[in-house]
Amino acid sequence: MLEFSILFPSILNGLTTGAVYALVALGLTLIYGVLHIINFAHGAALMVALYAVYFLHEQAGVNPYAALPLAVPAMFAFGYCLQRFVIGRASHGKDENILLVTLGISIILENLALYLWKSDTRTIDAPYMLQTVDIAGAMISLPKLLAFGGALAAAALLLAVMAKTDLGRAIRACAKERQGARLVGIDVEHVFAMSFGIGLACLGAAACFLLPAFYVNPNVGNSFVLIAFTVVVLGGMGSFAGALLGGLLIGVVESVGGLWLGESLGQIGIFVIFIAVLLFRPQGLFGART
Amino acid sequence: MRELAGICVFCALAALTPLFVTSGSLQNLVIMTLYATLLGQAWNILAGFGGQFSFGHAVFFGSGAYAMAVLQVKFGWNAWAALAAALAAGSAVGAFIGALSFRYGLKGSYFALVTLAFAEVFRILANTFLFTGAGVGMMVPLNESAAALQFADRSGYLYLILAMVTAGFLISWWLKHSRFGAWLQALRDNEDSAAALGVDVFRVKLIAIMISGALMAAGGAFYVQYFHYIDPHIAYGPAVSIEALLAPIVGGMGTLWGPLLGAAVLHALGELTRSVTGDAPGVNLMVYGVVLILMVTFLPRGILGGVVTLFGGRGAKKGGDRA
Repeated sequence: MLEFSILFPSILNGLTTGAVYALVALGLTLIYGVLHIINFAHGAALMVALYAVYFLHEQAGVNPYAALPLAVPAMFAFGYCLQRFVIGRASHGKDENILLVTLGISIILENLALYLWKSDTRTIDAPYMLQTVDIAGAMISLPKLLAFGGALAAAALLLAVMAKTDLGRAIRACAKERQGARLVGIDVEHVFAMSFGIGLACLGAAACFLLPAFYVNPNVGNSFVLIAFTVVVLGGMGSFAGALLGGLLIGVVESVGGLWLGESLGQIGIFVIFIAVLLFRPQGLFGART
Repeated sequence: MRELAGICVFCALAALTPLFVTSGSLQNLVIMTLYATLLGQAWNILAGFGGQFSFGHAVFFGSGAYAMAVLQVKFGWNAWAALAAALAAGSAVGAFIGALSFRYGLKGSYFALVTLAFAEVFRILANTFLFTGAGVGMMVPLNESAAALQFADRSGYLYLILAMVTAGFLISWWLKHSRFGAWLQALRDNEDSAAALGVDVFRVKLIAIMISGALMAAGGAFYVQYFHYIDPHIAYGPAVSIEALLAPIVGGMGTLWGPLLGAAVLHALGELTRSVTGDAPGVNLMVYGVVLILMVTFLPRGILGGVVTLFGGRGAKKGGDRA
């Protein structure tokens, strides 16, 4: 066994990364829960949000954390329009079609980024990036800690919206019973687009918290998209609490797995969990079999 | 029979192209179109005829490519023997993934996800272990002779890929006309009814994914022989998976000619964009993404499906009621 003094910081580190995974996965699970589609464009949308935050910082000098009020509504609008005008139209009510359309969107976004900004990996420079905080002897970098807090706060806000507001009730109604929701006068198309918008708004928030500790390039979404799928499948498709716990769990698995197996092979743990859960417990660790 | 005659005519015409097309870049275009057709045919067997949408067909492609490269370079196998082993490898990986995912009843989006995840696992493995050359990739040394499946002249490669595509055509034809193909298409249209009528759903899907995997592995083996190089990103990256599914979707899923038609249209479009925009990175794929969305929105059954609907031909009823 590894020493506690090595394991503990590694677990803390995993939790901070996991919180961001959870935030990305929350958006994905919301879209899945309501529209019953798997959004393959989720990673590409995160990449777009990261570039937006990056250029706000480089061109306009906006601090990534201050970019929150800009990035979140912008991503929401992007998602709303995408569902209303592209995905909704192309689907013809068939799941395979939506799968293919979101795949098409991700191809377009990724290659547009490649065309516009080349494949360079970019990072931002800020004085607070290298600061660390001492937690019971473990040194955690400040941006990661902020990401942890921010992601949890955003997740709490999302859960509150889903539980307490009329919009949240309408979304849950559409998720449970599409026809019934339509019959009681809910504008289902609008709610679908709102859900997709909120799903991408989560990515806007995630991008703001992620950028100071991370990087951006046209393929950055790929490394997140499978992890986000894993988290969602692990937590049970459509379950918010599951996505939150799943995200934290995956973050820890990745971090501790990296200790044992090295950076490159450490990621395998994630996919092995993913495949195993898909095969043996597709309803997720916390979901009920339907 | 008319279809078999069509396949013969196509093969004869394609085999004659080296006589008329002498420019290297044009020959290359023909070869790459046939190569895309092959990948499309492989995907079409599983998704078009069987209704199982794979988003990770690269897993078969890469396994075939690595079997071809590793056996030749590290174990000194003859290229023809390595080709046979590559086909077996693709089919074995297909059997493995199929047995796992069909046993547990994965369908639709879940199946797409699990294939994607397997491709990613294989990419990481190939990136880590040294006998695959890890991240650096693997070079197959130049040895231009038919015994080594390498040719000084492009036409040799054209015949090689044409032979593979012909095999793909014959398999597709067999699926359209055999009892096995009828089972496969029945479970695509309604798995429960097919099972109720006595189709061994698991076995049929498993055989389909094994055939599909072998054909895809042939594509990987061809890639290695033609470009003399393979690395984890080329072998198991998402680009190959996307290339495999684009052609049949554009041309027409579950049809004999769909993959060829789709590959031809896409490559013509690719050349067109290249001549307009130059060699800017990403533009080609961007156009493919737009085509994918437009096809799904306006012609969900592909060009062939659209034509059949338009003219209300004999095939309209047969292939029409997919929903």
